[in-house]
Amino acid sequence: MDALEQQFQDTVDGDGRIEPRDWMPEGYRATLIRQIAQHAHSEIIGMQPEGNWITRAPSLRRKAILVAKVQDEAGHGLYLYGAAETLGADRDELLDLLHAGKQKYSTIFNYPTVSWADVAAIGWLVDGAAIMNQVPLTRCSYGPYARAMIRVCKEESFHQRQGFEALTVLANGSPAQRRMAQDALNRWWWPSLMMFGPSDDNSPNSARSMAWGIKRFSNDELRQRFVDATVPQAEWLGLTVPDPDLRYDEETGHYVFGEIDWTEFFEVMKGNGPCNRQRLATRVAAHEEGAWVREAAAAYAAKHSAREVAA
Amino acid sequence: MSTSQPPKTSSGSPLWEVFVRSKRGLSHTHAGSLHAPDAHMALRNARDLFTRRQEGVSIWVVRATDVVASSPDEKDPFFDPAGDKVYRHPTFYDVPDEVQHI
Repeated sequence: MDALEQQFQDTVDGDGRIEPRDWMPEGYRATLIRQIAQHAHSEIIGMQPEGNWITRAPSLRRKAILVAKVQDEAGHGLYLYGAAETLGADRDELLDLLHAGKQKYSTIFNYPTVSWADVAAIGWLVDGAAIMNQVPLTRCSYGPYARAMIRVCKEESFHQRQGFEALTVLANGSPAQRRMAQDALNRWWWPSLMMFGPSDDNSPNSARSMAWGIKRFSNDELRQRFVDATVPQAEWLGLTVPDPDLRYDEETGHYVFGEIDWTEFFEVMKGNGPCNRQRLATRVAAHEEGAWVREAAAAYAAKHSAREVAA
Repeated sequence: MSTSQPPKTSSGSPLWEVFVRSKRGLSHTHAGSLHAPDAHMALRNARDLFTRRQEGVSIWVVRATDVVASSPDEKDPFFDPAGDKVYRHPTFYDVPDEVQHI
């Protein structure tokens, strides 16, 4: 290890922060660009499942909340693309990689939102899992990523609560509404647990990310924390978690849960989930159909700067 | 000394650094960056991106290429002049316990 690398590792080990212009190992830079880009892509693809319900939200109140939430997801994407750019990445290139299917986004967004209860379940479970993942990232060793995460986490709290509130209404509603709520939990529970990534013995890059201070807890630790926090909430709602093996272990104080279907996870990751093609096609179409807006903005800027020169 | 960012554009839009004053009486603080075709649109984008929850009462946007920053490579020598001047801190001076209000 040379002097620069030693200095870098000492900063990380001492819980210091690495800033954009500091020396850093190329692997650290590449890992962060990949992770932050994937995170940013997840935020903007994540606008689609819920955006699907904006025009059909059951009340003006729910609609205003949902619009605000989807707008937040766009904002989170922008914070994150900004953080990736401090590492020398180019935003257009990152979007090209997403559109070409060469960079991933979270598997969770490849599931459909077939009922209004799905919007509620996403807020409660998907945003709940995202918070569990993101809170430790507010102390990540890379300064701009950690700072973006602080903003994101402040905003995610509203996302989770609005979902839980909407689901509470359904869970205490008519029999049909209760069935909708239970059906949404049945479909979103397992994909939410998969959001924490492969189990620790199948997560090859985890050790390096831990040594670099990018990751602070293992996938399985965070998943356990999520289950422990969420199962009592489901009980409070009067809903049943779709896991026959789920039980509380008095000795450890943790919930023991059933085996995750990793085949499904890897299939969705490979592009074979229910909505992979639709999500990507919608994203590419939005980008291409928005080209005239970018061109118009550039023309407007050029016209105004020409006028200023003339004046 | 050198500029803080390599010149970068996204779809022809330059990068802007955004500073937000959270309330009157506090100074502007760096909030993040964004792309916009000109300063006017950068301000509007910054409002939508960084003050969706009334986090600010004033915004500055600065072209990233216009920011001049010290280099981290010269971190030690550049800041050295202040390193050996402990007498600039009040704690450097001995004041007897019985002396008040100083």
